[in-house]
Amino acid sequence: MTDDGVPDRCGSARRSRETGTRADTGRQTRMADAVQSWNSAIGAPAAAVRRTGLHRLLRRRSTIAFVMCLPLILVIVGLIVYPALYSIHLSMLNKAQTRFIGLGNFRFLLSRDTFWMVVEQSAIFALSAVFFKAIIGLITAHLINNLPTKGQRKWRGMLLVPWVIPLALSSLAWWWLFDPTLSAFNWVLTGLGLRAIPWLSDPYWARFSVILVNVWYGAPFFLIMYLAALKSVPEQLYEAAAIDGANAWQRFVHITLPMMRNIIAITVLFSLIVTFANFDIVQILTGGGPRNMTHVFATYAFLLGIRSGDLPLGAATSLFMFPILAVAAIFILRGVRRRGREIG
Amino acid sequence: MASSRLSRRSVLKTAVLGSAAVITRPYVSGVHAAGSLSLGVWDHWVPGANKALVKLCNEFGEKNKVEVHIDFITSQGEKDKLTAAAEAQAGTGHDIMSHRDWNIRIHQEQLEPLDDVVGGLIKKYGPISPVAEYLAKIKGTWRGVPTTVGSQVKPCCSRIDLYQQHAGIDVREMFPPDEAKWDKAKVEAWTWDAYVAAAQKLYKAGYPIGLPLGQSSDAVDWVGGLFNAYGVVMVDAKDNIKINSDETRQAMEIARKLVEVMPPDVFAWDDAGNNRWLISGKGSGIMNPPSAWAVAKRDNPKVAENCWTHPVPKGPKGRFVGQLPMFYGIWKFSKNKTAAKELLTYISQKEAVAQLVEASVGYDLPSFRSMYDLPTWKNVEPPPGTVYNYPPRGDEQTSITGAPARSEVGAQIYNQAINTVMISKFTQGKEKLDEVIKWAEKELEGTLRA
Repeated sequence: MTDDGVPDRCGSARRSRETGTRADTGRQTRMADAVQSWNSAIGAPAAAVRRTGLHRLLRRRSTIAFVMCLPLILVIVGLIVYPALYSIHLSMLNKAQTRFIGLGNFRFLLSRDTFWMVVEQSAIFALSAVFFKAIIGLITAHLINNLPTKGQRKWRGMLLVPWVIPLALSSLAWWWLFDPTLSAFNWVLTGLGLRAIPWLSDPYWARFSVILVNVWYGAPFFLIMYLAALKSVPEQLYEAAAIDGANAWQRFVHITLPMMRNIIAITVLFSLIVTFANFDIVQILTGGGPRNMTHVFATYAFLLGIRSGDLPLGAATSLFMFPILAVAAIFILRGVRRRGREIG
Repeated sequence: MASSRLSRRSVLKTAVLGSAAVITRPYVSGVHAAGSLSLGVWDHWVPGANKALVKLCNEFGEKNKVEVHIDFITSQGEKDKLTAAAEAQAGTGHDIMSHRDWNIRIHQEQLEPLDDVVGGLIKKYGPISPVAEYLAKIKGTWRGVPTTVGSQVKPCCSRIDLYQQHAGIDVREMFPPDEAKWDKAKVEAWTWDAYVAAAQKLYKAGYPIGLPLGQSSDAVDWVGGLFNAYGVVMVDAKDNIKINSDETRQAMEIARKLVEVMPPDVFAWDDAGNNRWLISGKGSGIMNPPSAWAVAKRDNPKVAENCWTHPVPKGPKGRFVGQLPMFYGIWKFSKNKTAAKELLTYISQKEAVAQLVEASVGYDLPSFRSMYDLPTWKNVEPPPGTVYNYPPRGDEQTSITGAPARSEVGAQIYNQAINTVMISKFTQGKEKLDEVIKWAEKELEGTLRA
């Protein structure tokens, strides 16, 4: 044990070697004794006590853990925490960024019809996309899980492709498929004698198109998470249910779903946050049009902040969902913890 | 002692000769700038056009012992604007940055006054584009130097063969490659009504015109020209919202007629949509800089051979073409402002401009009318003289959507594409015109917050 009571595996091992005080305890001591030795100051050599404060600090496990995490912490602080705080600061300034106006930008946004349309569209976009991603992910995960082990890897790899390709690149490919003048989809449709579809020029079809691409991109994430969850469900539970005469649906509802609830909750939460913040797909496919009817928070914030030069208003727009998502995250994570305790 | 008598006439003569000498002399640096300079400039889409700028900057660097470093930044995905915004926030970056459309207004507080540079150019080359002045002269101070590189207008680019065959209009005869030979009566008759009539005939023939109605600059610019031709004012210089007017109703009616005879995809077109439409061979006309023609030259030469760039139609209040100038600004944090100003002066001289225009195959348009006689626009082909009418000639005036509102308001009007959304609500959305105007009034009210 270190001077402040923190177990120090390396230090105690070294001390054991130096003093030999426990050398005669033999192999019988094993782990239990070793753990005891970390928690005991008895027998600590006088030399160790005389070590400098810095040395002691460096020997703590928490210090080592902190040092090892430091690069990541710096990245998070520099690229996430600082920009987030700066964004909050920006959102409370006037357009020229010369005066603090409190919640003035938020009040202004709430008074605009177009902004409310963006709120509505963002909700439609995120909720419908996450819903379909979850459903498709669940179905495909089950299908793959039931495949013979030999073929599973191949299918897993293929189905992960959409998620692996950089989103901006795949969105460009989709844009080519939807292109208003030279759409590849429409080429096929008209070739089959069907009518061309205004994928991006009709606001409602444009909404459908951006949601479709988001589902295509995000479903593999759900698939892989659900597949991992399915693999972790103990086989004995299914065997016991089969003995009790449960059919496939009953096994799914009473065993699979309850065992996957935590994974489903975390995946949905994570995907909801990412989908609400989506920028690439809408910006590349529609730029928010036609008639502003596909704008989501990120693209509208970009329009106001970067294109129109009103950074504070753009920052306020991008932060709008923060409190709502934060509250949702708290509830979902609380549920996850509760269920975790129940299982534990 | 011999004495010479100084007559009033000789003084005047000497002064005139002296002024002429100053104005016509080649540019010679007066200040020995030194050190290094970094430029963040718009990445030109015309292959080889960047090289002309690099050459000019290197020449300047060698003459003045300045090390010039250029970063070309694409406007795809607004990366140039993002970079400018980041540099303005950080207070560090390039010495000179190119700014598209409203960006000088947006970053005015961080930009160095450039009255000496622009003032000198105006003295030498005469009046400057009013759109450039509206965008870059703020409270009487120039904060940006209008550039040749990237600056553009969006006149008509029509198919000679299709117009002749299906609409009975010979655009080449109406606007020959020599302004002195224009038939005034025919030019006068080239109105928005005539344009609609031609568009209807071309639609019936299966070759519709294509004008974008999305929310990108090509769309906003042609609609801005139409609105100005009918005298539509969205917000005046004193923050009065004026959109609810008979002029607006007239212009919207023209737009409605045009939408009826255009492909339905125009609402989804980006800035390249109309180019693709013309190059595909399906379209008979667009409103664009010569980029569409230049790409057609490469991808569909038969279309390019039949393209003719000419002025836009006229409305009751005049003939207005959408202009989108580009500027160079010097950040206040620049450590070599003297050299930066020297460089901007150097690349704004007519000799330098001629090289830039040539390298861009006539796409780049200087902001001085006195430079519209450069040979490139007369020489490039096919067909000979195809882009002669690209620089505004005759009674064609330049305009920008958002003016004459104060520019902070104008920037919002332009970038939120309020004018094109009005048209799409009215036509595609089938909303009543009064409701659309009411919506626009509310949106414009929001822009006044700026």
